[in-house]
Amino acid sequence: MTTTQSSIDTIYGPDAEPNYLNAERGLWSWLTTLDHKRIGIMYLMGILGSFALGGFAAIMVRTEHLSSAATAAADQGTIMTPDTYNSMFTLHGAAMVFLFIIPGIPAALGNFILPVLLGAKDVAFPRLNLMSFYLWMGGAIFFVMALLMGGLDTGWTFYTPYSSGHSPFGGVVPAVFGAFVLGFSSILTAVNFLATMHTLRAPGMGWFEMPLFCWSLYATAVIQILATPVLAITLLLLIAERVLHVGIFDPALGGDPVLFQHFFWFYSHPAVYIMILPAMGVVSELIATYSHKEIFGYKFIAFSSLAIALLGFLVWGHHMFVSGQSALAGTIFSLITFTIAIPSAVKVFNWLATMYKGSIELTNGMLYGLSFIWVFSLGGLTGLPLATMVTDVHLHDTYFVVAHFHYVMVGGTVFAFLGGLHHWWPKMFGKMASRLGGFIAWVLIFGGFNLTFFPQFLMGSQGMPRRYWHYQPEFHVYHLISSIGAYIQLAGFITLAVVLLQSLIKGRKAAANPWGGTTLEWQTTSPPPHLNFDEANMPVAGNPYDYENIEHNADDDEYVRTRPQSTARSH
Amino acid sequence: MSQVELSPAQAHDAENAHHDHPEWLAHHFDTPDQQNTSAKMGMWAFLGTEILMFGGLFCAYAIWRANHYDAFWIGHVYLSTAWGAINTVVLLISSFTMAWAVRAAQLNQRSLCVGLLALTFLGGCGFMVIKTIEYTGKFEHGLGPGIWYTAPAISKQLDAMAETAGTASHADAEAAPATEASGPAAAESANPVPGTSLPSSAAAPMGMVAPAPVAPVGHDMAAHSAHGHGEGHNYYAAHGHTTEDLVTARTFFSIYFGMTALHGLHVLVGMALILWVLLRARRGEFSAEFNTPVDLVGLYWHLVDLIWIFLFPLLYLI
Repeated sequence: MTTTQSSIDTIYGPDAEPNYLNAERGLWSWLTTLDHKRIGIMYLMGILGSFALGGFAAIMVRTEHLSSAATAAADQGTIMTPDTYNSMFTLHGAAMVFLFIIPGIPAALGNFILPVLLGAKDVAFPRLNLMSFYLWMGGAIFFVMALLMGGLDTGWTFYTPYSSGHSPFGGVVPAVFGAFVLGFSSILTAVNFLATMHTLRAPGMGWFEMPLFCWSLYATAVIQILATPVLAITLLLLIAERVLHVGIFDPALGGDPVLFQHFFWFYSHPAVYIMILPAMGVVSELIATYSHKEIFGYKFIAFSSLAIALLGFLVWGHHMFVSGQSALAGTIFSLITFTIAIPSAVKVFNWLATMYKGSIELTNGMLYGLSFIWVFSLGGLTGLPLATMVTDVHLHDTYFVVAHFHYVMVGGTVFAFLGGLHHWWPKMFGKMASRLGGFIAWVLIFGGFNLTFFPQFLMGSQGMPRRYWHYQPEFHVYHLISSIGAYIQLAGFITLAVVLLQSLIKGRKAAANPWGGTTLEWQTTSPPPHLNFDEANMPVAGNPYDYENIEHNADDDEYVRTRPQSTARSH
Repeated sequence: MSQVELSPAQAHDAENAHHDHPEWLAHHFDTPDQQNTSAKMGMWAFLGTEILMFGGLFCAYAIWRANHYDAFWIGHVYLSTAWGAINTVVLLISSFTMAWAVRAAQLNQRSLCVGLLALTFLGGCGFMVIKTIEYTGKFEHGLGPGIWYTAPAISKQLDAMAETAGTASHADAEAAPATEASGPAAAESANPVPGTSLPSSAAAPMGMVAPAPVAPVGHDMAAHSAHGHGEGHNYYAAHGHTTEDLVTARTFFSIYFGMTALHGLHVLVGMALILWVLLRARRGEFSAEFNTPVDLVGLYWHLVDLIWIFLFPLLYLI
């Protein structure tokens, strides 16, 4: 990204009106920038790189499963040995979770857009923001080191006693330390966003004039602040266990491996909501903007984010129904898990009600928003049999679980991320992406996704265990369909990359408000100036979803505000 | 750095003309109050994460204490309450000087502020020196964390030495627990607090496999026996413990080192931060209008102090 300053110049030209991309020049100006928008773009590049890394591993895993002809005796797989397979699925999970999904929406999209949504000039702590980015880079480097030091085969969950002493792979310690460093990055971003939302809202912007994406980032920040430090200490203890054999988790030394699971899921379950809450925030923006209608039930959506954040802390034990925890604990965890369905459903119903009688425009952003609702609902509903103890005993550690969380994580978070990327792409780079190209990519990604993961529900419920290198021939047809779906997704993502890159070079120049959005980012130029808004004309906030006073100007394909924003919400 | 900030700085200068922006007020804040509120808010949130990070360790402590009380009962005897208490006082005083330094900064008392920050820094040094003395003693006696916990092996060797040499000298009650046959009764007699001893078989129900200890090659056995009452005594027997007891206590020392080392790391970070604000205070960067960094470092230092206030009784006293 940074070596392309000359191409930035050719696109935006030294003569172009000043914006954050051409405000300063050269690689150094990017690496040391304190501008939240540039930091957001750097995160975006890093995150997409990690996505490619995790995607590569996924394709390898799916390719291995193309045939069941693997013979365990000879260690001959379709393309790899069992050890390679184990390190591939571990790499896939760890890279996708720690490097891509967790920082994906908050650190990349959030960094870019949050201060603009608030009408602020920057985040509260710009230096800390840059430090978070470099910590993220540091964590990513440790992950790459883990690969070079022999990889690891513990799964992304690093369960003890496997990770604490028995795994012969050399990459365990660097990968665990990498996750520790990434946690730091996550915490600092959260602290930054929290302070930003508390103190840097534009004049006129009370808590309930914040766009809903901000609310979801707020709830996310609370989880990151309260949960991530527990992961930090858990990972440090794990490193101490592996290197010094301190005896806290290792049963051979009197330690308790289930304690590790408790510690790990105390973070990692709330982390699931770190992944999905920002996605829900993006979807709220997408649905409202492309329905051109005020969001339905603003306060319900806002508070349901906080409710999910709160309840998310009390359900970690549902990952451990078969770990030997007490039946009473299991029952309570199961019960609280069901209650999470309530705020999640509140959001879904509000989105549906927003669309009702709206003037729905099927832009590519909206397609991803709608895909999210469909896929997230499927993922959420298949969570219920997993939250029920009796059925979970059957489904635990099968492909059903794999399918469930991919529906929520990929279908949920990744689709929302892509929707947000389409939505804010004109704001980020001042260029419109090809609508047809984006549509073809969406068809491939959405179709390929369902083709990949739906068969996994079926084979999982029939007993196909997850993380197995070898499988019974009866599962072959499901694995085959699943792998073909993965290749279709790959084609979709490559198409998308081409479409987006091409838009930078040949894309039509974006208007300030190409979609008819009402939040503050659409009141500034695309791309925004260095300080986000014209200093002489700083924004004054009102109802963030006031679509009454926005009109489409067909000549320029641009939306313009006809009257000042109203201050009162109708709902 | 300065080069890249050129553009914001220029914007800054432009704003100075407009809004009378003081130099210490970052360009994206409108008022000093907004900047101060943001900074404090961020710091408190960060301190929350610190508490939760230590919370994980306190949780591990609580679970271990509940499940393996014997390990704590045996282990805590080896911690020096006196050093711990002195360190508590040192940290409390340094917290006081820190609080006073914040006040001095708010009142524009520059040299007083610098002096108090220096005293706080010295308090941190004192704490770390005492901690080093304590740690050194632990390692000398094989009471380190994890693989450095060699006490059972040392104790066994001392017992063996005592058995060969001890037949000549007269045996007293405290030498008895060293032998295989002694069992709970002997341990009881040797325990400094009667009626509270634990059966020496305590290790067995934990399903614990004795760690493969690295034999303390070249370790000075005299260092251990010197603490005893004479030839044939060893350091651990003087505390009333058998080799089995020491096997039991292993994880106590891992927890002790885990908690105090993480805390010690925070003390070091705090000292670096104090040094940083001290140098800035000497340059006269703080005033009644702007003293947020001193304030925030103060908050951090108080948290470090507070964590120790919990660690001391939990590890040393109970």
